[in-house]
Order: sequence, then structure tokens, then C-alpha cells
Amino acid sequence: MANITIDGKPYTVKDGITIIEAIDEARLGLPRYCYHPGLSIAGNCRICQVEVEKMPRTVIACNTRVAEGMVIHTASAKAKESQETVLEFLLANHPLDCPVCDQAGECKLQDYYMEYGLYDQKFNEVKVKKEKKAIPVGPTIMLDQERCILCTRCVRFGEEITKTHDFGVFNRGDHSELDVYPGHELNNKYSGNVADICPVGALTDRDFRFKMRVWYLGSQDSVCPGCSRGCNIEVHYEKSRPYHLKEERVMRLKPRENLAVNKWWMCDDGRYGYKSIDINRLRSVNYPESNGASPDATWLVALEKVAAHLKDPAASKTWGLLASPRSTNEELYLVRKLFRDHLKWQHIGFRAPKDPDGDEDGFLIRKDKNPNSAGAARILGPGDLGPVVELAKSGKLEGLFVFQHDLEALFGADTLRAVRKNLKTLVFAGPNLNPTSAVADIVLPSAAYAEKEGTFTNFEGRVQRIWKAIEPLGASRPDWRILADLAALAGLKSDYPRAEHVFDELVRNVPAFTGMSYKSLGKGGLVWAG
Amino acid sequence: MSEPILSRNFSVPEAWKLSVAEGRGAYQTAKTVLTTMKPEDVTNAVLASNLRGLGGAGFPTGKKWQFLPKDGKKPVYLVINADEGEPGTFKDRYILERDPHQLIEGILLAAYAIGSKKAYIYIRGEYVLPYRHLQAAVDEAYARNYLGKGVFGTGIDVDLVVHRGAGAYICGEETALLNSLEGWKGYPRLKPPFPAIVGLFGCPTIINNVETIACVPHILKNGAEWFAALGSPGNGGTHLFSVSGHVEKPGVHELPMGTTLRDMIFKHAGGISGGRSLKAVIPGGISAKILTASEIDVKMDYDSLRAAGTMLGSAGVMVMDETTCIVKMLYYAAKFFAHESCGQCSPCREGTGWAFKIVKRIYRGEGAVRDLDELLKIARGMEGRTICVFADAAAWPIQSYIGKFRAEFEEYIRSKGTALARPVSPYKPQAAAPAVSTLVRSGARRLPER
Repeated sequence: MANITIDGKPYTVKDGITIIEAIDEARLGLPRYCYHPGLSIAGNCRICQVEVEKMPRTVIACNTRVAEGMVIHTASAKAKESQETVLEFLLANHPLDCPVCDQAGECKLQDYYMEYGLYDQKFNEVKVKKEKKAIPVGPTIMLDQERCILCTRCVRFGEEITKTHDFGVFNRGDHSELDVYPGHELNNKYSGNVADICPVGALTDRDFRFKMRVWYLGSQDSVCPGCSRGCNIEVHYEKSRPYHLKEERVMRLKPRENLAVNKWWMCDDGRYGYKSIDINRLRSVNYPESNGASPDATWLVALEKVAAHLKDPAASKTWGLLASPRSTNEELYLVRKLFRDHLKWQHIGFRAPKDPDGDEDGFLIRKDKNPNSAGAARILGPGDLGPVVELAKSGKLEGLFVFQHDLEALFGADTLRAVRKNLKTLVFAGPNLNPTSAVADIVLPSAAYAEKEGTFTNFEGRVQRIWKAIEPLGASRPDWRILADLAALAGLKSDYPRAEHVFDELVRNVPAFTGMSYKSLGKGGLVWAG
Repeated sequence: MSEPILSRNFSVPEAWKLSVAEGRGAYQTAKTVLTTMKPEDVTNAVLASNLRGLGGAGFPTGKKWQFLPKDGKKPVYLVINADEGEPGTFKDRYILERDPHQLIEGILLAAYAIGSKKAYIYIRGEYVLPYRHLQAAVDEAYARNYLGKGVFGTGIDVDLVVHRGAGAYICGEETALLNSLEGWKGYPRLKPPFPAIVGLFGCPTIINNVETIACVPHILKNGAEWFAALGSPGNGGTHLFSVSGHVEKPGVHELPMGTTLRDMIFKHAGGISGGRSLKAVIPGGISAKILTASEIDVKMDYDSLRAAGTMLGSAGVMVMDETTCIVKMLYYAAKFFAHESCGQCSPCREGTGWAFKIVKRIYRGEGAVRDLDELLKIARGMEGRTICVFADAAAWPIQSYIGKFRAEFEEYIRSKGTALARPVSPYKPQAAAPAVSTLVRSGARRLPER
């Protein structure tokens, strides 16, 4: 360990770390463009200048290692002058087209100018003109060479993380320009990340571009439901302009740092998978006589209709339930409590047949495209969908309660048709319309993951929280709420003001979760004991 | 000046051929040393000789060799920097073109001292004739088993590869050179780590200038004390000075370290051409700060020139007479640095281009006096804030030309470019002195441009 002083305060840090790592550990501010903790050190932007006592000149914090007794100033006159000088160089040839730049509001040139610059511009010459402005470099990313400050974060991302070798810096001097290699396009499963790490408006996300100014965005932490990795994300949604783009509330997803799960990255499938939150949603409760009723009354009627089936003692053998590995741990726990333990249903499954085509890489993407298969297995025990669907198909069941699954996608249209034909009652609960929901007798619209609280357990047994970013769409309600209401109607004590109360009960009843609470899970989650 | 040492074969016809070179004693020292001395004794001799890196930085060569890891498991590489790109410098060219065996013998000794089995020469791409002679010399040395497996019948292997650069000035910066040699873009590397620890292909590497390595055989032949005594304190040996500009005898002059600039210009280079008077001298290549006519009593060695506020650099002495327009000089210097900046670090990438645009404006007669302060601010901003010293080198001409000739700049700006330096008087050649006439670069003399 080394004892150092930063801005007058003593810190004890690990030997051999860089000054910028020490500054970040201490949560102090320092400007940076080329430095990114997930990439190699390039040291080319030169903005992270700090003053180190006994050194003649300011040094860059990203490539200077701490030493015992080092006294560092990040905001002394000398350090500030150095930072400001470098910033002025970086802005010299920058087009300053902020009013039409989609990065405005989350641009580090803007931010640092306000924080560390504020000089009067003296560049009085003609700026260097570069060819590529608003040129797509691949399906997801747009390039603007003039805005680029040549920090090479995207170059290093392609070299070191995806190893797809996409970008290079061509030419030299102030005619240096960023581009993809000739004949190459940026088209890999992680391409969206380069827009995140680009500190300026040089690489922007074609999906998000011009949809909304970032200062109208709200942000809520969540976990990507796209596969069993459980990448930590932020859900960016429209916050203050509800009249704007009415039908689209979630604007984009961004990866959120979690060194144990996804570091700083997420895949493109996950990133652009947010559209199901607003598109193709089930908005209203549906049952044969539901036309024209008020939403609340409809829910009550629908739940009572379902409860009527639950109360039938024969249902434990004549009904089946298809739980979902896309549901939260809380919801799966309520399925277990109500259907398995209380109603003694015999036919409960959740695990879909293995998809031989699911892609997987050695990095983030997992073959299992469900966020909570591990949680479902631990809470419900083994339970394949197949046998339950077989029973329904062969006419051995009267009713089937389906959470989220689409039988057509999983077992084929013929199976769905046969199941439908042989069932008296099909109940569907889920956020999105699918061929199965389309033929259900009772449809209970559920909230999407961004509309509710809960936890997912990823493939490694890490339990991670999701938070509510936006209100449930239309009449939809979180599944845990639907299940709690059904439990009450079925005669169980069911007092859960919030999902957290379900979780606390789950913790007491499922050993893997012992000791956990929403508080202890925090932002980054916890791994099951044992 | 007594006996020429490094330049002793420069005027010998075809000294680049092995038969001629061997007739002049080439490889005798290497044969003796490789069979009788221990590697560390070679390093110690170089250390004691006060030999300093003659590429520009002036770092003690023996000390540099000692930076190699002692118990290294990785191979050690020796890289010879022959990318002589500093404007005003052409000394290495003479060695490569006229006496390459001197260099190869030095490489053998240096490789032996540092335990390297493979050496590279990175030669400037524009050096076509020097490359041909060098490559021919390497081939001949291989044929005679002076290079390759078991040189001179010893168990020592030394392979030598000549690699031609592609024309970027920055590839003379040692870590940019390594990147270029590895096949990457010529970007200088972040330091630390230094090349002695992590160099070529990630292995410990010693990078030395051509002339530095050419000194090594002479040190081992005549002794470290002899070499040290040739120069001034702490600056051993002689040095090849590339003298260009308005002198009667431009060319490569081998002189002891510590010769005064006055003697160099007026005694060895024949004085100012056409009998005109001296205006200024750049003592160490375009990067070095300028000296005025009143500052030429300085000794030409690393320490004295540093004390005088400039540097010996590559020892490219550029002499300017009274007809030289200092604004135009800065125009060319600024253009050069803007053109050659690799573009990696923001202060240099943007600063060199910005400075050149301002200087160009001044040169065209569209400048304002406040531009001079802006230039100085840009120069100060670039200095010391980048990965390599290119930005400093780009800043120093700006600072020193404006600093020492501000009145001329202001006059030029006020008169919108019409006030030039003194008009050129008709050229009157003086009687040329015969000494070192073989070193005179024919065709190098040119009338000053207007």
C-alpha cells in the first residue's frame, strides 16, 4: 500500500496503481477522454493533467503510477492551467456544431469546457475539413470525423474487447481522421458500445439519433432480460415530455458498470431489445364478456374468474401451469407458494426445450435467452414445459395457465392449435401479445421488466435487482401483484405492499437466498451462498 | 583537428566494399574483442569513454546499455536508428554511404556487449544510395561470416537486418521507430515502460544512433581514456557536424566535442559565403533553438549548448547570413512540424497545425502583432505535454525565433511582408581552403531564396 495525498487529503491506495485509478477510487473528479478503465492506456488526449509535487511539469494521471508520499493536486493553478490548455487544443479544430449534435448534453467536450475550460476562444484560423460527416459505418453507428478528438477508445475497443479490428486512425497531424478500415463495416455483436465510450459526438447510435435530447431522459437502473448473463443496464426513458413520441417511452438502454457481470459493456441484441417494452404490448384485460367494463372492474372480474377455477379441488390434476424463466424470483416464488404448495397442482413446468440455435460467445452472450432460468430452477425445482404441454395437447387437461410463453414459437403452430382445441380454459399472463395470448380465454396483461420491481438470478447464481423506470402500460400490472391477488382470492394470507415483501418471504423459504435483502443486494447483486 | 576518426575513410574510394574496408583495418578490433574480452568489459569501456548518444538526446551510451534487465529471459534486440530525418542533418548518411563496415563492426561489438543475437538497422527510406551501400556491406559481411552464426569462428551469433523506413520524420523517435519496425503506424509509445525493458516485439531493446555505434570500434581499439580525452569533460570523442547554409564549405566536419561554434563556422567551414555577415545559427537541427551572431562563442557539446539555452541535438549546424528572412525561416520550420506531427497527442496534433496557419498568415502579410503572442502561447501549451519530444521541438523554433528576432517579426507584420531582411549582395566566392575539402557536400550550396 502507498500513502498519498490528493488535493490535501490523505489516501492509502494499492501499490502500483495509476494516479487516475486512485482519483477514481476516491471518487474525485478529473477530466479524461482517452482513458477508460476497460481499455489499455493510450495517453494521447493529455487532458488528465495533474500536478505532482517535486515533478517539474504536470503529468498525465492515466500513465503515472502512485508512489509512497506522492502529493497530487488535481485543481491547483498549475494543474488547471494545464487541463485548460489541452482542452483548448482539443477544441481548436472541433466544429462546435453542438446545436445539431446528438451528443449534446452528454458530451465530454461540453462538460469539461464548462468545468475546466471557460477560456475565450482564440482560434482564428480556418478549421480542418474532414470528409465523413454523418456517414454510417455499420448498421448501428454513425460517424462524424470532424467531431472526433482521436482518443482511440473505439479503436482499442475493436482491438482489445471484440478483436474485430474495426477502426483505425488514418493520415497524420491535424489531418488525422478516424474511420473503419477500407472495405470493412462495423458489424459485430457489441458494436453499440463504441457510441457509449465515444466521449464526443463522433460515433452516435443510429437507433437513438435525434429521437430525443438527452436532457429529457430519465434513467433507472435495471438488468437486461435478454439472456442469462444479466448485464447491468440503465433504462433511459422520456421523463419530462410525455407529449413527445407518445407511443415510445423507453428511448434506449445503456450498459451499467458491474465488474462481476458485464464490466462496462452489453451486446447489441440486449441493447436494442428494449422495443418490446412499448411495442406489441397487451394493454387491457380480456375475457369473453369483458367488452366495455371499466379497467378496475375488469381486473376484478378476470381475477375472480381465474380464482373460480383455482378453488375447484379437481384443478390440481386437471389444470397445468407454465411458469416463465422470464419472471422474477418473487413471481416464481408466488407461483410456488400458491400453485405448488397451497393448491397442490401436479403439472407445473417452466423450462423450455433447449434451443439448439441460440448463440453464445465466450464473452457476454449466453445461449439461454431467459434472465431467470437459474432462479426458476432453484425455486420451482426441475420442471420442463414439454410434459405439461403434452398433457394439454392430448386432451388430458381442462385448463392451462401460461405465463409469457408462446407455445407456437416453442412447439409449433400445430401443437398450439391442438392444445387450444382440447382445453376448456386457457389463461395467459404476460406483457406482450403473441399467438398464444391471441387464442387465450382470459388475458391478464402484465407489466414489462422496466415497469416493476423484482430480482433475477443470472446463470452464475447472482441475484440482481430490477427497478421500476416507468408506469405499467395501459391496464397492465406486475405479475407478482396478479399472483398475490389470486392468492388472496384463493384464501391465502397475501399481504405484500411491495415486491420487496415477497422477496423477504422468499428469503425465509428458499435456502439459496438466505441472508439476502433488497438493501444487501444493492446495485450489483449478490451470489447465492453455496 | 588532428586525425579524423569517424570520417577517416570518407574520402577513400569504395570504402563501403569489404576488401577496401579491410585494407583500412575494418573488423580487426571486433575480432580481437569478441575473442578476448568479456561483454561487461566492453560496456565498461564505453561507459568510461564518455560516449554519449549522438542522435540528439546525448544520453550516456554505456549507461543506457546497463538499463537492460540483468536476468532477462527474453531475447535482447539491438536497433540502429538510421532514420536521419532532422532537417539540417546528414552525418549518418556519410557513414552509411561511405563507411558502412565501420557501423557493422560497431554493431558486432555492441551486440556482444548487450548479449543481443539480432540487430536491426532502420534506415531512412529516402536514403537510396546509402541503403544500397549498406545492404551490400551487410551481404559481404555475411558472406565472410562476420555476421550470422558463429561470427569469426566464435560461438557468437549476430544477425543483422536492414529495414527501410517509409518517409515519416517521427519514425526517428525511437519508440515510433520500434512501432514502425514491427509493422505498426509510426506512433511514439507511452513511456514508461522504456525500450530497455519493453522494446521491440515486447523484448528488451537498445536503440542507438548510427554515429554512436560507429564510435564503439574506435573506443575499443584506442582505449576509453583516449576517446574521452578527445572531447570536452563529460562529452567524449569527436562528432560529425553537418554544416549547411551560408558558409563557404558546407558539409560534414569531424571535430572534437567542445569546438566553438565560431571556429566551426569561420575556421572549418570557411566563413560566411560571399563575405556577408552572420545573422543566426541553428546549432543542432531544426528543432534546436536559434543562436544569434553574438552567441557563437559557445562550445559545441551537449552541456555547453544546454547552458546556452539551446541544444547540440543532431549537430546539424544551419548557418544564416544577414539576407535570411527570419519570418520565412519560421514559416518553413512550422510547416515542417505541422506536416510531420504524427497526430497522436492532442496538443501537438492541433498545436503544430494551428501555429503553422498563423505563421502562414503572417508570412503572407496578413498577420497582426498579437499573433506573435498567440504563437508563443501555443508553443508554451504544446511544450512538455505530449508523449514524445516532437511537440517541444516544434515549440522551440517558435519561441526562439520570435524571442530573439521579435523586432524583425513586428516590422514584417507592420509592413505587410514587404520589409525583408537585407537584400542579397552579388555572390563573390572566396578562395576555398583545401582542408577537409573531400567532406564538402557538392551541390549543397544554394543562394538564399527571396
